[in-house]
Amino acid sequence: MKQLNIPIESMSLPNGLRVIASPDHAAPVATVGVYYNIGFRIEPQGRSGFAHLFEHMMFQGSANAGKMMHIKLINSSGGVLNGSTHYDVTNYYESVPSNALERMLWLEADRMRALKVDDENLRNQRDVVKEEVRVNVLNQPYGGFPWLDLPPIAYRNWSNAHNFYGDFEDLDAATLEDVQKFFKTYYAPSNAVLLILGDVDTDEGFKLAERYFASIPSGPQPMPADIDEMPQIAERRGEVEEKFGTLPGIAIGYQAPQRLTLEWYAAAMLDRALHGGRAGRVYRKLVLEQQIAVDAEGGIHYPVGDLFDYNGPTLMVTRLLHKPEYSADQTIAAYDQIIEEMKQTGIAAEELEPIKVKFRSHYVSMLEGGHGASIPRYGLMHLLACFTLFDNDPQLVNSILDGFMEVTPEAVQSVAHKLLTRNNRSIVIRQPAKKGAV
Amino acid sequence: MAPSPQSEIHTTVPALSAERPVIWPPRTRTTLSNGLEVVLVESHTVPKFTGQLFFRSGNAVTAATVPGLADMTATVMRTGTTQRSSRRIEEDLRRMGADLSSGAGADTSAVSFAGLVDFSQDLLRLVAELTQHASFPADEFERERRQLIEGLRIERTTPGFLASERLRKVLFGSHPYGTISPTEAQVESYSLEQLKDFYRQYYRPGNALLVMVGDYLPQAMLAQIENAFSSWPAGNSGSAPDPALPELQGRGVYLVHLPGSVQAQILVGNRAITRKHPDWPRLTLANSIYGGAFNSRLVMNIREAKGYTYSPRSGVHSYRQHGYFTISAAVRNEVVAATLTEMFYEVDRMRSTPVGEEELADARNYMTGTFSLGLATQDGLAGQLATSTLERLPENYLETYRERISKLTAADVLDASQKYFDSDNAQIVIVGDRAQLEAQAASFGKVTVYDAQANLI
Repeated sequence: MKQLNIPIESMSLPNGLRVIASPDHAAPVATVGVYYNIGFRIEPQGRSGFAHLFEHMMFQGSANAGKMMHIKLINSSGGVLNGSTHYDVTNYYESVPSNALERMLWLEADRMRALKVDDENLRNQRDVVKEEVRVNVLNQPYGGFPWLDLPPIAYRNWSNAHNFYGDFEDLDAATLEDVQKFFKTYYAPSNAVLLILGDVDTDEGFKLAERYFASIPSGPQPMPADIDEMPQIAERRGEVEEKFGTLPGIAIGYQAPQRLTLEWYAAAMLDRALHGGRAGRVYRKLVLEQQIAVDAEGGIHYPVGDLFDYNGPTLMVTRLLHKPEYSADQTIAAYDQIIEEMKQTGIAAEELEPIKVKFRSHYVSMLEGGHGASIPRYGLMHLLACFTLFDNDPQLVNSILDGFMEVTPEAVQSVAHKLLTRNNRSIVIRQPAKKGAV
Repeated sequence: MAPSPQSEIHTTVPALSAERPVIWPPRTRTTLSNGLEVVLVESHTVPKFTGQLFFRSGNAVTAATVPGLADMTATVMRTGTTQRSSRRIEEDLRRMGADLSSGAGADTSAVSFAGLVDFSQDLLRLVAELTQHASFPADEFERERRQLIEGLRIERTTPGFLASERLRKVLFGSHPYGTISPTEAQVESYSLEQLKDFYRQYYRPGNALLVMVGDYLPQAMLAQIENAFSSWPAGNSGSAPDPALPELQGRGVYLVHLPGSVQAQILVGNRAITRKHPDWPRLTLANSIYGGAFNSRLVMNIREAKGYTYSPRSGVHSYRQHGYFTISAAVRNEVVAATLTEMFYEVDRMRSTPVGEEELADARNYMTGTFSLGLATQDGLAGQLATSTLERLPENYLETYRERISKLTAADVLDASQKYFDSDNAQIVIVGDRAQLEAQAASFGKVTVYDAQANLI
C-alpha cells in the first residue's frame, strides 16, 4: 500500500491563530475554512442549542461586512458556503474559484475580528433555527433518532446529555449579551485554525492570512470544560415516542474508547465488521438473513459525526428499524447473538483484511470530497482542522491510516470483549404512537 | 508592524484577481461493437474511479401497467447472479473497497459504482455480471418487496414526499411523470416474471451508456471495459409513452392532511421545459436569482428578512420529455398565507421588472463558479458528464457552458420568468395539519383536501 503524501504546511500567527495550507492545482478552485474549538457539547447550561444558534449569528454581520454580505460576496464570487456545529468544533467554510481566495480570507478575518449584530438579527435567526428544528426533527419521521435520543440516556454530565439542537424556551431566553460573551470566550484566534486548500500557493496563502488575520487581537484561552463521565456500571434504557413513522426503532450505543489509543483503532475495525454496509454482520444477519429488521446502520460517533470529529465521550451506535411482528426484546436478542458471536469466535483475517481495504478506500474518497461534490476537499479540511485543534498534529492525515491497517484479529476480539458488554451500553426504543381515528 | 485593526485593508472588500482558465478535461468516447456507448474522463485526485452504467429505460416505460417496476428490477438485480450469491456479491465489493448501488428513476435505470483503481477490472466484471446474468432469487425478491412496502409506509408520513407526490400528480396527471411511487397494492402484485421481463428487454447494450471518471489512463481502462462488456449480445429497446398532459387553468390549491404536523410544507410548481430547450440556460439563471442560491430573492425575503423558514428554495427539474419549476419552504403553521404571498410577490417581480446589472452579474458568476467547483472531484466530473451525455446534449456543451451563461442578459431573465414562472396557473400544495391551514390556503384558490394515503377527503 502506498503511503499517503498530501502536502500539508502549517504556521502560527503571533495572536495564536494556526494556519494550515494544502495546495493542489488540479482544478482552479479553493476551499477555505475556519474551525473554532467550541461545539454544542459545552454550550452554557440553560442555553441548550446556543452553540448552533450562535453559528447562525456568524452570518448576520461582522465588523465591515453587514448582514447578508458574507453570503452575497461568496455567491457572487462564484462560490458556495455553509457552517456547521459539531460536538466539539464549529466550522465556517466556502469553496470558490481560486481568484476569490483573498476576498474569502478578508471575510473570515472580518468575522473573527468582531461580530456586528443586533436584536433584530437574533430574533430573525431564532425563528429560522426553530423551523430548522421542526423540519429536521419535530416534523419528520424518526427526526433526531438516535442522535438526540441517546445522549440523555447514555450520559450523566449535562454537557454530554442535553438537547444539542436546543429546547425552544432556551432558544427564546438567549440574548444579544449571550452572543457577544460567547464570541469573546470561544472565538479568539488562539482557539481557531484557518485552512486554505486547493489552487493556492502556500506562500501566497500564508502571506494573505497574515495580512488579514494578524491584527486581530489575541484573547485568553477558554477554561477547559468538564466533559468527563463517571464510568458506566449498568445498562441504561429509555423510550421515546415516534410520532409519525410506522416501524419501531431501536438504537444501541456502547461507550467508545478514547481517540488515538490502540483500542480505538481496533474498535474502528470492529465497528466496520458490524456496521460496514450490506456486508457488515448486523445488516447481513438482521436484515438480509433473519429479516427481523428492515434497516440497520451504525458507526462510532454516528450519525451526526464520524470517527475523527469528536474530542470527548462518544458511543458506537447501532440504529435499527424492525418489523412490528417482532418485539423489541426479540430484536435485541437477535442483535445480542451477533455481539456474542463476535466476542466468542472473533474475526478471521479473511474478514478483517477486506474491511481494511474498504476503510482505506472510503478514507481517500472522504479526503477528496466528503460533502457531496459541492465542497471539494471538505473531508481533508475537516480532518486537518480536528487533528490540529485536538492533537496539534495536522500530519496525522497522512499517517493515521497506518494505525488501522495494523489492527490484528486478536485486537478486534479483545476490544469486543471489553467494549461490547451490557453494562457499557445504552438502549433507546423509538416506539410508534398508537394511531387513533383522525 | 501589524496594521491597526481598522486600516483600509480591513474595511475594503478585496477585488477578485484574474481568473484561471477553466478547462473541462478531454473525454474518450467510443461505442463497442454491441452498441454500448462509453465515455471516459481522467481525474487523478485520488486513486479511485467512479462510474455509472445507465439504461435509457426507467419507471416511465411501464408506468401505465406496473408502476415502479424498473426500480424493483434494479433493486433485486444486485442480489444474485448465475455465478454469485447475494452474500458473495457484498463480500466481493468489500474486498475491492467498492461501493455499488442500483435503482431507477422515471427515465433511466442505473448501476452506480466506485472503488479503488487497483480493483477496477474485478469491479467492472461484477457490474457486467449483474447487468447480464442476474438470477433474481425468489427469496431475495420477497425480502426486497417487504422492505419496499415498509419504506412506502414511512414515506407516507414524510412531508416532503407527500408534497412531491401531490404536485407531480397535479402537473402530470396520468402521464408517467405524474406518479412518483407505486402503491402497496401494486408492489404486492409484482411478479418475478415481470422483473425478469423488464431486465431482458431493457438491460441491453444498445440501450446503455457507461460513464466513468477516475485515476486511470483511458486506453488501459477501455481495454478493461472491452474485457468485461464485449461479449454482451447486442440489443436495443423501445421508448416510453408520452400521453397528453392535463390542462391547468388557474391556480389550484391542494392540501394534504398529515395529522400532528407542527409545521407546513409548501410546494408550488408549474410545468416548464427540459434541458434540451434553447431557453434552459436563461431559465436556470432566472431560477438562481429567484430562489436557487443562498443570496437569492426568496431566501433573503422569507428567511433572512421574515424568519418564516429555514429551507426556502426554488428549482428547475428536467426529465426526458418534460420539465417543471418548483418553489418550496417548510414554514410555521401561522405564516402559510404570508409565505405564499411573498413567494408570488417575488415571482411577479421577476416577471415584471428587469433584473439590475449588478444582481445579474452576481448570478452569472454564481452559476459559472459553481460549475467550476464540479471539476475538482471525481463525483463532480461524473455528475456533469452523466447529465450531458445521457441527455445527448451537444458535444461541446460542457466546454461552452460558462460562456453561454456569461452572455445572458436582463432581457433573457425577464423573458424566461414571463414564460416559465407561471404565476397565474401555479399549483399550490401544502402538507400539514388541516385544521391549522385550510382557512389560509383558501385565499389562494379552491382547496382540495387529501389524506396521507392520497385519498380525497
